[in-house]
Amino acid sequence: MNLISKGFAGTLESGDIFIEIEKSEQPGIHIDLQSKVKNQYGKQIFSVITETLKENGIDNVNVKAVDQGSLDCTIRARVTTAIYRGCGRTDYRWE
Amino acid sequence: MKRLRRTMLFVPGNSPGMIRDAHIYGSDSIMFDLEDSVALGEKDAARHLVYQALKFIDYGNIEKVVRVNPLNTAYGKDDIEAMVCAGVDVIRLPKTETPQDILDTENAITEIEKKTGIEIGSTKMMAAIESALGVVNAYPIAISSKRLVGIALGAEDYTASLKTTRSLDGTELFFARSQIIVAARAAGIDAIDTVFSNLNDMETFEKEIRLIKQLGFDGKSVINPRQIDVVHKIFNPTEKEIEKALRILEAMREAETKGSGVVNLDGKMIDKPVLLRAERMIDMAIASGMYYPDDME
Repeated sequence: MNLISKGFAGTLESGDIFIEIEKSEQPGIHIDLQSKVKNQYGKQIFSVITETLKENGIDNVNVKAVDQGSLDCTIRARVTTAIYRGCGRTDYRWE
Repeated sequence: MKRLRRTMLFVPGNSPGMIRDAHIYGSDSIMFDLEDSVALGEKDAARHLVYQALKFIDYGNIEKVVRVNPLNTAYGKDDIEAMVCAGVDVIRLPKTETPQDILDTENAITEIEKKTGIEIGSTKMMAAIESALGVVNAYPIAISSKRLVGIALGAEDYTASLKTTRSLDGTELFFARSQIIVAARAAGIDAIDTVFSNLNDMETFEKEIRLIKQLGFDGKSVINPRQIDVVHKIFNPTEKEIEKALRILEAMREAETKGSGVVNLDGKMIDKPVLLRAERMIDMAIASGMYYPDDME
C-alpha cells in the first residue's frame, strides 16, 4: 500500500494510542514514541507498530505514537486505521 | 444450560479504555456499538478496534454482541464482514422494521461464513425494534430467522416515532413492551428491554426493572456498570423462590414414581404451568450460580 497523505487515528484518552503516520524520505520505519510505560513496554509497542506496518506493506514511514496505556490490539487497530486513512483506501482485509 | 441475558452492557466501539475493561463488571452480555455512539468520521476506527478486541481479548463466557450499522448505510457491509470474521457471537441489527431487514442481514452474514469457512448459522442475530412499524411487525420479525436469539426495544427512537416523549413511568412504552414480549415468547426467543439513561435516579431504575421482570422480559440493556448488580439482584430468583421450586419439582418426581398424573404439594394440586415455572426458576438459579444440583458436582 502507498501513503498518499498523513494518516491519523486514536486519541489521548486513557487506554488509547494516538498514531500519526507519514511517508519518510529516509528508508525504513522511524517511530517516535511517547509513553509513560516506555521503559517497561516500549520494545513491545515498537514491535506491534512495526509488525502492523509490515503486514500492510508499509515501509519508509515516520510514525508518531502517543501511548496512554494501550493494549496490543488497540495499537494494531489504530495503526491499521491510520494506514488505510493515509492511503485513502477502504478495501479492508478481515481474516 | 440456557444462556442468561439479564444485562447487556453497552460499550461505545471507539473507546479502547471501555472495550478493554468491559468484561470485569459481570454483565451477561457486552454490546459493542458501531452505530449511534460512533461519529461518522470514526466508523472505520471503531470497526478496527472492535475487530481486534474480539479477536484478541478473552471475554470468557460473556456473550459478545455487536450493534452494526444498517446495510443501507455505507458502513453496514464492512461492519458485518469484520465482526463475523472476528468471531462475534451475535450481530445486533438496529432499527429493524420488517422481516426483510433481518433476511438481508442474514444473507450478508451467510456469505461471509461461507467465504471464510465459519460454520454456517453459528453467528446469531438480535433485532432492535425502534419504531412504530417495527413494533407492529414484532412477531413476523421474531420468526424471520433461525439465527435470531432475541428482540430488543429501543425506546428513544420508538418514542420519537410515536411523536411523544419519554416519561418516568414509561406509559408510552407499554404497548411496545407488551407486543415485544408476546412476540418473543411466541417465537421462543428472548426479549430485552431498553436502556435507562438517568444514572442518578436509581429509585426509578429499580421500579422499571421490577416492571419489566413482571411483564416477562429476560433482561435489560445497561449503559453503566453501576446498573448491572441492580438488575441481577431483581432478576435472580430469591432463596425462598428456589426452595419452593425445588419442593414442587420433588413433588413432581414423587408423583412420577407413584405413576400418578396428579402432582400434590401441601394439599394443593400443582398444574402444568406451575411445574414449568418451577423448572425455569431452577434453570435460572443454576445459570446465575445460585444453585448447584447434586448431579453437577
